Amino acid sequence: MTTLTVAQGWQFRRPSVIPGFGLTLGFTIAYLTLIILIPLSGVAWRTTELGWAEFWSVATDERTLKALRISFGASLIAAIINVVFGTLVAWVLVRYRFPGRRIVDAAVDLPFALPTAVAGIALASIYAPNGWIGQLLAPFGIKAAFTPLGIVIALVFIGLPFVVRTVQPVMEEIDSEVEEAAATLGANRFQTIRRVILPGLAPAVLTGFALAFARAVGEYGSVIFIAGNIPYVSEIAPLLIVIRLEEFNYAGATAIAAIMLIISFAMLFAINLIQAWSRRRYGYGG
Amino acid sequence: MDVSIQSVRKEFDGFPALIDVSLGIRSGELIALLGPSGSGKTTLLRLIAGLEHPTEGAVFFGDEDASHRSVQERNVGFVFQHYALFRHMTVADNIGFGLKVRPGSSRPSKEEIRRRASELLDLVQLSGLENRYPSQLSGGQRQRVALARALAIEPRVLLLDEPFGALDAQVRRELRRWLREIHDRTGHTTVFVTHDQEEALELADRVVVMSQGCIEQIGLADDVYDRPNSPFVYGFIGDSSTLPVQVENGQLWLQDRSIGMDARDLPEGPATLYFRPHDIDLLDGCGGCIAGTVAASRRVAGTRRVELEVGGARERVEIELPVEHPAGTNGRIAFRPKRWKVFPDLDRGAEAQPAGTHIHESSIDETELMLALTT
Repeated sequence: MTTLTVAQGWQFRRPSVIPGFGLTLGFTIAYLTLIILIPLSGVAWRTTELGWAEFWSVATDERTLKALRISFGASLIAAIINVVFGTLVAWVLVRYRFPGRRIVDAAVDLPFALPTAVAGIALASIYAPNGWIGQLLAPFGIKAAFTPLGIVIALVFIGLPFVVRTVQPVMEEIDSEVEEAAATLGANRFQTIRRVILPGLAPAVLTGFALAFARAVGEYGSVIFIAGNIPYVSEIAPLLIVIRLEEFNYAGATAIAAIMLIISFAMLFAINLIQAWSRRRYGYGG
Repeated sequence: MDVSIQSVRKEFDGFPALIDVSLGIRSGELIALLGPSGSGKTTLLRLIAGLEHPTEGAVFFGDEDASHRSVQERNVGFVFQHYALFRHMTVADNIGFGLKVRPGSSRPSKEEIRRRASELLDLVQLSGLENRYPSQLSGGQRQRVALARALAIEPRVLLLDEPFGALDAQVRRELRRWLREIHDRTGHTTVFVTHDQEEALELADRVVVMSQGCIEQIGLADDVYDRPNSPFVYGFIGDSSTLPVQVENGQLWLQDRSIGMDARDLPEGPATLYFRPHDIDLLDGCGGCIAGTVAASRRVAGTRRVELEVGGARERVEIELPVEHPAGTNGRIAFRPKRWKVFPDLDRGAEAQPAGTHIHESSIDETELMLALTT
């Protein structure tokens, strides 16, 4: 009986019929250096100009901390909301055939295509106290626009396609036999979804979550129109960076940028580790 | 658990997949549903499981009408061709799944579930693999896990849908013998679907031959091989050769010659002669026999298959000869089938009926007409 073995050891180069290993790897490294590493190391470089004490004072500044908390907090909440409803949207698109399905499918991608400023203005006018939806919320004392809630709404909007598009293909490949097997073993439909289907989707959902989260952290255009941008309350970190830049406080701006960079990198790295672990375990990934 | 299928009809979008199928399965029996693809065998299995519901008719488990019971309530073990294991669960969790999802009161304790899983792993000879994931197992091992998972719920009936179809020939033979052992030890009423006649004949107590949504014949391996009751079964099970003949004056005629075979009880008219290529007597002279010239000859394992051109060179018929027979490569051969069967042609002018074009609506009349003749 053969068993699947995990690749033993580490191979620098795998034999392949397609040549060009040196060329493609060289190009990839040069390209990534030019596009990602050099600009990012610029951030780190400018930050070191500050000196440790000054960096620490910028980093622990009340306004910076609040802005970072709002940015990462709102992004996290938005990403979680997107995971729940994005998975639901993917489920509906994969499992059911209904008139207008293709239109819904295409509409999911709109947040990708729309200029984010346009989205921000549209959302702000709809959720403003005199807007269509704002009007309905006002009697309950809920203010959406110009509060942190507005930020979450904007981030949910721009993050949705990431979850739907990562979960959808994996969901399409779920074998209906697996569900039937669960049913013959006596599992009711909720047990089948919770114990059989969702765990299988977890890697894809996690990828979608990471993408939506990362996108939300970096989002600027749509948020500033709906957030109200009140310092300490609804001011996001990217906006604070712009404000520092406009004050010609380049060191302060890069310091905030560096902090965002470190936090984002740490979170994405952690998510990647979880992915790698689940792939190793289940033999497939998202 | 006796299972009884009573006049079941199943349609998919108006297209009939099963036409008036009735079948009684005795408790503890190992039954094979055998047929070509599209014969409805898998649909019948899924109907027993409750994964499909009959358009008409009923499925009984013992005295209880199970037709309107859901899959979950039927308590059947189902094994799929492609295993359908839960990839994110270990082998032990896969096997314990059916017990874990039971409602509170009837759910065994964690230790009990673990104990049961390792017992079943012993039964399927995979002890020690509790903590592996399905992706770390070979195909044969996965199918054993799938069987253990199905057995864990103590099913009333065990159903297997082409269980060895995705495995290579050697593993298949091994698992076949092993499944028979497990069946003899556990005594579950078992139904399995296969398109492999060798598998069905070797493994099953009784074989149900199906074609185009109908049951053609139910019987022991010997019955369906030695006494096939329709041209389809004759052609589908084992090798067969056919010749168009004419029944006249109680004799079989091949064109204008009598071939020396008694056909007194058969209705007159065009008919098709069926026999096994190896089940023949070679004759020296020919006064009432089938004679032909060798058109092609192939060596197959221990015998030689010879294609003869019979009569006016229009009909070809295949027979098997001993390897050392001198006429194996060319020359004239005369023979007479030892055991054979004649099925009257129903549609006028039809030549030898190929198995696939057999008409089902007429199968009842045909059965009445069919007569087993043994010399």
